[in-house]
Amino acid sequence: MATISNPLFIGGTEVDNTIDDPRQRSPLVLGGKDFKGVTDTVVAVQDKCNSLVWYVCFGISLSLLSCLVVTLGLLFSTGVGVWGNNQPVSWAFDIINFVFWVGIGHAGTLISAILFLFRQNWRTSINRFAESMTIFAVICAAMYPGVHIGRPWLAYWLFPIPNQMGMWPQFRSPLMWDVFAVGTYFTVSTLFWYVGMIPDIATLRDRAKTRVSYFIYSLLSFGWTGSVRHWHRYERMYLLLCALSTPLVLSVHSVVSFDFATSQLPGWHTTFFPPYFVAGAVYGGFAMVLTLAIPCRQWLGLKDLITMRHIDNMCKVMLGVGMIVAFAYCVELWVAWYSHYHYEQTHFLNRAFGPYGWAFMSLFVCNVFVPQLLWFKWARSNLIVVFIVANFINVGMWLERFVIIVTSLHRDFIPGSWGNYYPTPVDLFMFLGSFGLFFTLFFLFLRFLPVMAMAEIKSVMPQAHGHLPHDDHDDGHSHEDPKPALANGSTPAEDPKPWRGGNW
Amino acid sequence: MSTATLETEVRLVRDPSIDASIDIEQSETVAVLAEYDTVTAVMIAADKVRKAGYSRWDVHSPFPIHGIDPIIGIKPTILPWIVLAGGTFGMLAGLFLTIYTMATEIESLGQFSGYPYLISGKPLLSLPAYIPPIFELTILFSAFGAVFGMLLLNNLPMLYNPLFRNHRFKRATDDRFFVVIETADPKFDEYETVKLLRSTKPLAIERVED
Repeated sequence: MATISNPLFIGGTEVDNTIDDPRQRSPLVLGGKDFKGVTDTVVAVQDKCNSLVWYVCFGISLSLLSCLVVTLGLLFSTGVGVWGNNQPVSWAFDIINFVFWVGIGHAGTLISAILFLFRQNWRTSINRFAESMTIFAVICAAMYPGVHIGRPWLAYWLFPIPNQMGMWPQFRSPLMWDVFAVGTYFTVSTLFWYVGMIPDIATLRDRAKTRVSYFIYSLLSFGWTGSVRHWHRYERMYLLLCALSTPLVLSVHSVVSFDFATSQLPGWHTTFFPPYFVAGAVYGGFAMVLTLAIPCRQWLGLKDLITMRHIDNMCKVMLGVGMIVAFAYCVELWVAWYSHYHYEQTHFLNRAFGPYGWAFMSLFVCNVFVPQLLWFKWARSNLIVVFIVANFINVGMWLERFVIIVTSLHRDFIPGSWGNYYPTPVDLFMFLGSFGLFFTLFFLFLRFLPVMAMAEIKSVMPQAHGHLPHDDHDDGHSHEDPKPALANGSTPAEDPKPWRGGNW
Repeated sequence: MSTATLETEVRLVRDPSIDASIDIEQSETVAVLAEYDTVTAVMIAADKVRKAGYSRWDVHSPFPIHGIDPIIGIKPTILPWIVLAGGTFGMLAGLFLTIYTMATEIESLGQFSGYPYLISGKPLLSLPAYIPPIFELTILFSAFGAVFGMLLLNNLPMLYNPLFRNHRFKRATDDRFFVVIETADPKFDEYETVKLLRSTKPLAIERVED
């Protein structure tokens, strides 16, 4: 029974599971839910999506998607001149948005794969969400390299297939490395996402209310029965995929950074880019996960599964990578000074005080100063503050790519080549349209696919652990199953069995 | 409802909205299932079934139960080796692709010949520059090995399974655990098997019809 001495019992209603008390592990699933409660909560999301709010949101994202279609049509029919790209700024919004979206995708793989390897059980509530975000972000990203070439009908030249010219792509080029890296990342992430959903689609199949949904979910779940022999292989596959995805995600954004780092431009030609970009990607990605998770948990009734502890942990990870990014900014400035390389120094002075100095200053505010709020518990516990900080970071990460790309290009070595860049309406609407693509896919995911990894959440609940009774020595253990968290979220304080893994 | 009583073994009326098109005239029992609602109960039951010497049986759960593998006697899977094979193949494929296309030229092959680019004297066999594509292909084929290996080893997709006709089994993906013993098992006996299952105190025991 919950007692006053139980540190999780506060007032009897709302439970604070962000407390770190070594005597009592904070529960990850609140509301006294058992396995069926978890299933009911997640399956209910589909019913909640069958509502006016969903249709309105879906309608808005569809209209943004149509923006994208129209601007793409303009681009294909008229040419790259509809953008503001010029000489010297030959890469602008197209590559900024590409790196922006690819970066956002990385948080999903980090949550799914890297946090799994670190045995962070709290990832189970958000990993499906985050993986979906990865897939949709990579789709938005992969569009840009395909369309930004002047003759998009020749995009097939990117792939190493025998052709009538007898030529092959040049594998030493970072742009070819991008093809392999982003292509592999998209394929592996999609496989990982889909195969992770198989047991949960099986749950949806068994709860299907109409013949059509039963048929489709049966097909998609491949006939999954939950056989323990299947689970054994499934778990091995999951671990191996996580272990593979970890170097993959680190390599993909490193390869994207090589697009810049292998050049000669001051501000681009630095070996610091791979870790800097990867940290930045995780930073922006977590900000997007939080931007999506905070409204979704509210509107879809997921507060007991995406708890304040989850939000707290995500804020801490975000702060951690944010400090790495802030460090990276300082390192760039320090190296420019220390190297006494005239061009590098001029470049960085130009970054801060030149025509795009406003972007550089805003970047520091958005990415370095505002997120320092997350050091404070009150800020992390206040969802509105977290949402606002996350959006500052989203804007900041876009600005970071803008600063890197545009300021390095617009003034490089010879002043005679200097120029300025101004985006056109097509640039802006295409970017907005990419959000339309992202949110359209995301809302479809919310409506039709299992929003959370129910099987994984159940496996990290205390009731998931059991063991055979030992007949030979009786050590006074009670052999009952651990009781589920009570209605106020606290677990009974009797007989604290130290089970492995726990429910962190 | 007492958990110790045995529910009727006569199959209940099926939900017509799902099973309307299935011919139910000639159905035979292919297995017997027992339903449990706690992990410990199903582990105890699995232990008993294994010790009784059954070979064609299985446990079904909504999530992977840690610690049940030694109880059932599941041998470690060969999947890691399949992944290694995939990764090795990917690496060799990447090496072949980059070296063949960038550093060789056999003119009689026409469009399938390599095409070495002469770029300011850079080496043709520049393996460090080829590492990114080779690495990505290694990961790609390892992942294929993992995913498709798992599906093949598990005989998935297997869209037809008599278990899906059982109404109770729908909770196997929700919150209940099942022990299923096939009638094709050599030790299967209608009375003894059910008696064994009954001794594990399940919530219910039912036939699985085909």
